[in-house]
Amino acid sequence: MGRYVIRRALQMVPVFLGSTLLIFVMVYALGDPVAALFGDKAPDPATAARIRHDLYLDQPLWRQYLHYMGQILHGDFGSAFNGQPVTELMAAAFPVTLKLTLVAVVLEAVFGIALGVASGLRRGRPLDTGLLALTLIVISVPTFVSGYLLQLVFGVKLGWTRPSVSPAARLDELLLPGLVLALVSLAYVTRLSRTSVAENARADYVRTAVAKGLPRHRVVSRHLLRNSLIPVVTFIGADIGALMGGAIVTERIFNIHGVGYQLYQGILRNNAPTVVGFVTVLVIVFLLANLLVDLLYAVLDPRIRHA
Amino acid sequence: MRKAAPAAWAACAVAAVLALASCTGPPAAAGGPDGILTSSWGDPQNPIEPANTNEVQGGKVLDMVFRGLKRYDPRTGEAQDMVAQSITTADARTFTVTLKPGWAFSDGEPVTARSFTDAWNYGAHVDNTQNNAPFFADIEGYDQVHPESGKPTAKTMRGLRVTGERTFTATLTAPYPAWPDTLGYQAFLPLPRAFFTDHDGWLDKPVGNGPYRIESYAKGSGMKLRRWDGYRGPDQARNGGVDLVVYTDSNTAYTDLMAGNLDLVDDIPATQLKFVKSDLGDRYTNQPALIIQTLVFPMYRKEWARPGMEKVRRGLSMAIDREQITRRIYQRTRTPADDWTSPALGDGGGYRALCGDACRYDPAAARRLIAEGGGLPGGRLTLTSNVDTGSHRAWMDAVCNSVNNALGKRTACTVDPIGTFADFRNRITSYRMSGPFRSGWQADYPLIQNFLEPLYRSGGSSNHGKFSDQAFDTLVDTANARPDPADAVGDFQAAERVLAAQMPAIPLWYQNGSAGWSKRLTGVALNQFSVPVYDRITVV
Amino acid sequence: MPDTRDPAADPDDARSPYGNPHEAVAPTGGGGALDLAAGEAGTLGAPERPRSLWSDARHQLARDPVFLLSALLIAFLLFIAAWPGALASGDPLSCDLALSQEGSRPGAPFGYDTQGCDVFTRTVYGARASITVGVCATLGTALLGGVLGALAGFFGGWWDALLSRLADVFFGIPVILGGLVLLSVVTSSTVWPVVGFIVLLGWPQVARIARGAVLATAQADYVQAARALGAGRGRTLLRHVAPNAVAPVIVVATIALGTYIALEATLSFLGVGLRPPTVSWGIDISNAAPQIRNAPHMLLWPAGALSLTVLAFILLGDAVRDALDPKLR
Repeated sequence: MGRYVIRRALQMVPVFLGSTLLIFVMVYALGDPVAALFGDKAPDPATAARIRHDLYLDQPLWRQYLHYMGQILHGDFGSAFNGQPVTELMAAAFPVTLKLTLVAVVLEAVFGIALGVASGLRRGRPLDTGLLALTLIVISVPTFVSGYLLQLVFGVKLGWTRPSVSPAARLDELLLPGLVLALVSLAYVTRLSRTSVAENARADYVRTAVAKGLPRHRVVSRHLLRNSLIPVVTFIGADIGALMGGAIVTERIFNIHGVGYQLYQGILRNNAPTVVGFVTVLVIVFLLANLLVDLLYAVLDPRIRHA
Repeated sequence: MRKAAPAAWAACAVAAVLALASCTGPPAAAGGPDGILTSSWGDPQNPIEPANTNEVQGGKVLDMVFRGLKRYDPRTGEAQDMVAQSITTADARTFTVTLKPGWAFSDGEPVTARSFTDAWNYGAHVDNTQNNAPFFADIEGYDQVHPESGKPTAKTMRGLRVTGERTFTATLTAPYPAWPDTLGYQAFLPLPRAFFTDHDGWLDKPVGNGPYRIESYAKGSGMKLRRWDGYRGPDQARNGGVDLVVYTDSNTAYTDLMAGNLDLVDDIPATQLKFVKSDLGDRYTNQPALIIQTLVFPMYRKEWARPGMEKVRRGLSMAIDREQITRRIYQRTRTPADDWTSPALGDGGGYRALCGDACRYDPAAARRLIAEGGGLPGGRLTLTSNVDTGSHRAWMDAVCNSVNNALGKRTACTVDPIGTFADFRNRITSYRMSGPFRSGWQADYPLIQNFLEPLYRSGGSSNHGKFSDQAFDTLVDTANARPDPADAVGDFQAAERVLAAQMPAIPLWYQNGSAGWSKRLTGVALNQFSVPVYDRITVV
Repeated sequence: MPDTRDPAADPDDARSPYGNPHEAVAPTGGGGALDLAAGEAGTLGAPERPRSLWSDARHQLARDPVFLLSALLIAFLLFIAAWPGALASGDPLSCDLALSQEGSRPGAPFGYDTQGCDVFTRTVYGARASITVGVCATLGTALLGGVLGALAGFFGGWWDALLSRLADVFFGIPVILGGLVLLSVVTSSTVWPVVGFIVLLGWPQVARIARGAVLATAQADYVQAARALGAGRGRTLLRHVAPNAVAPVIVVATIALGTYIALEATLSFLGVGLRPPTVSWGIDISNAAPQIRNAPHMLLWPAGALSLTVLAFILLGDAVRDALDPKLR
């Protein structure tokens, strides 16, 4: 187990280096950020040249990258253009997004699995078909559409919840944006657990359990569910990374000052330290989530042992 | 017992979260003279330093926390003495500034002549990389603290001389009679010693001499401003304070206003305006501001600058149905433009409908002119603008449809939406445009000169289309040298007529300021820069 | 540690007879649809019947009403995409601002959008670009991801480590950043830059599934048998492994198709998607979403068309999946 974790951790190093380099090149390709600092006015040449010099923007790309990586090793992630250190932005943004992601993951896991099991146990019946159609429609609706729609209905028309999230980002305020964020994944989870349950429902061990005279709920919860959850867990694990980075649209609509918001601001302003810093952390989260999923397998499936 | 532990722990955690959620609810809203209002805000682009702030969001804070030598009257735009007691000159080159007694910063430090000269020297010095440095370029010695290239050879500008506790003189490189009227701009604000001694600390919580003081500033999410009771100026705040809340999407701010979570929104998106009357009734204002949107032609491209193309440019202007677009897309929060300045200047300030017929929709004349001028270059027209903010996508489509309908061609005009403002500005400032591009101009101060000289004079600081016309330049120079600003207006208008003939930029529309507010507020108005006049608002 | 399974690091170990199909996909984590796919692929390996899997599937599909219905719907959509003029007589680019956001009326059953264009005509004409993006991007990701994933899974070792880590790197790029960088430099108004972009960011997902499926299939008795009989590596991959591992890729691809069409809308919302004069559902949806209060009909029709298309393709994929899986018969 220990050696396995170490090996996986070592593999993260090249991925980490590759990602930072790729993102760095991409932000570099976005162009010079200095002109935009002056708004609709033309930049003053002397001031612009000085800013470029201070930010190492007058150096060739490889020198900029080395300089940046050197800084990171000293724990310095650079600053946003409003003077705030990126580490400070991260400290403010990641807890908020983490909360939002947790809400989304809980929603998609609880409702997705429940709907999937219900539908998988009644394959081909009206309930199954209805849920199928519903999940497919949800998959096809872009997040910004469901975001605006649910915000209007629940936040304004019905007034059940705040249409935006306050800076404190309380859990009850995050329910609606969490749902919007979870919707597409929820549909996937439903589809996945439906298929998995339907497959396993015919397995010998389930037949045996039923033949033994175990009550139905016990068969479902103890035998069927446990074995059907593996693909679902994989999906949710990988989804944590995607949800954290993919909340750009949701965070914008609900005015949540999290990772997606900072990332979007960084991109709009071509601010390399912000974008590279945040994406780097996201990649690490993504890799850790994958590792966690693999370890979870051992819990769900006793046949798998990581030495 | 051991087995129950995780469950008990989880239960505690849930209980704790719920308890936390319930005790951090919004505070009960209190009214009266100490009432506090919440207002929408955008994250300022740069640190909030006077000489580094060149956009509305940072300017909003500066306008609350600072008072300068002059202040533009929120209604008329007239430059009135604020901290200045008098600004006198004999030759329009050397100005003697005398401050009123009794002004102080909210940390107790009195406002002196040095508060101004130190701040200006800081703003001008190239080492401090302040965006607004060029505003000090008129002062003698600027070229030594801010050389075009190479190292600065001086620490301070020799044109600024402190002559007493509350007096100083400023010497300009050339006579400029209207110079005192430019001093209402935020680059010219004073700064306390704390700015220089503890710069980082000051940036975390700026200290100024205005009617509000900053109680707390959470960068990127909001700022709490409270009335400063020690303020001795003429315009004390009529409310207890303002909480600014950062919104990324102005649609969300408006939604929050309707849901009762926000008191004031000062940038109502065009998409929300259709129902604004039924949503807000008369708690809505829509008034002219010093902002004009134009389509600038890249005059550095041969195909757009060759002789005869002025007809094509004029024809394109006449192919745009401004009336319909401002009504349908903008619900009248834009006014069709008929000159290159702004009606907010007023008749005395120089606004006049000098574009004339060239700004009127006339498809037949448009077709004729474009044909006479030799047609569109390559038979095509591509409009470029950033689309990450505002409703730019909608008007670009509408203008293109209007041009295509007028010319009777399906796809002569297409749009080139740019994803980020930064990218868009890079293309503009590196002169990489192949067709007309959007230019939004908000005046720094309510003078006609500010709408014309920087944008269209040869070598002008924001002349992004590289337009150059001898007659225009001469008229502008004559105007600037006139001792009486009223005479100068006539010259500027003559210069505008040159623009009408050459059409280097198509005036599209004047952008109004718009704001909506909750039932708690009265006395809401916007100034000419479309910023709410916070100190006049009362909370009921 | 006989049970250690980490194909990325220990490809030979992974090919051991104990190979667990779920775990085989695990090391690179990833898109979940896919484990189920790997699970199936494992079961596909049991050659119980003399008839081939594909002829079985064809037989079943011909009798499946879901399949027939979705095939009919797709045929209809493709027809519209090819000949929009047959259904709508108007011009999607002819707009009159005076009719901005007007409701339905004779001659314009779906009403008008903000620019005063006929929503019905635009919805019909939008099918071509949107379906082209969906289908081409799906084919692209399936081909690129499928081939790379299969190579990684089959050859293992350095190939596998390199490709899997490359996939991780691409997974880390936020879609919006990639879109703004890669799509902002092109000024073409065709669909191809958008298709290329989706393929570039979408292939790792398919590659993971294909890799997992190939890993699982490679353990099957009949593949081992083929090898034992002396079949070459290339022949084994092409003749025995690939045909049996392709099913999960098809399934995922049909689900992905819907998300790709929706992604095109999101890209338009961010200002980097398809450009006019191209007409697409994504452009119209992104223009309509902020107007949802003012003119809901603007959103309803293009979004409805999008959902219908997605529904048709996923139902089709579902039917094919069921037909290919003997366990579910």
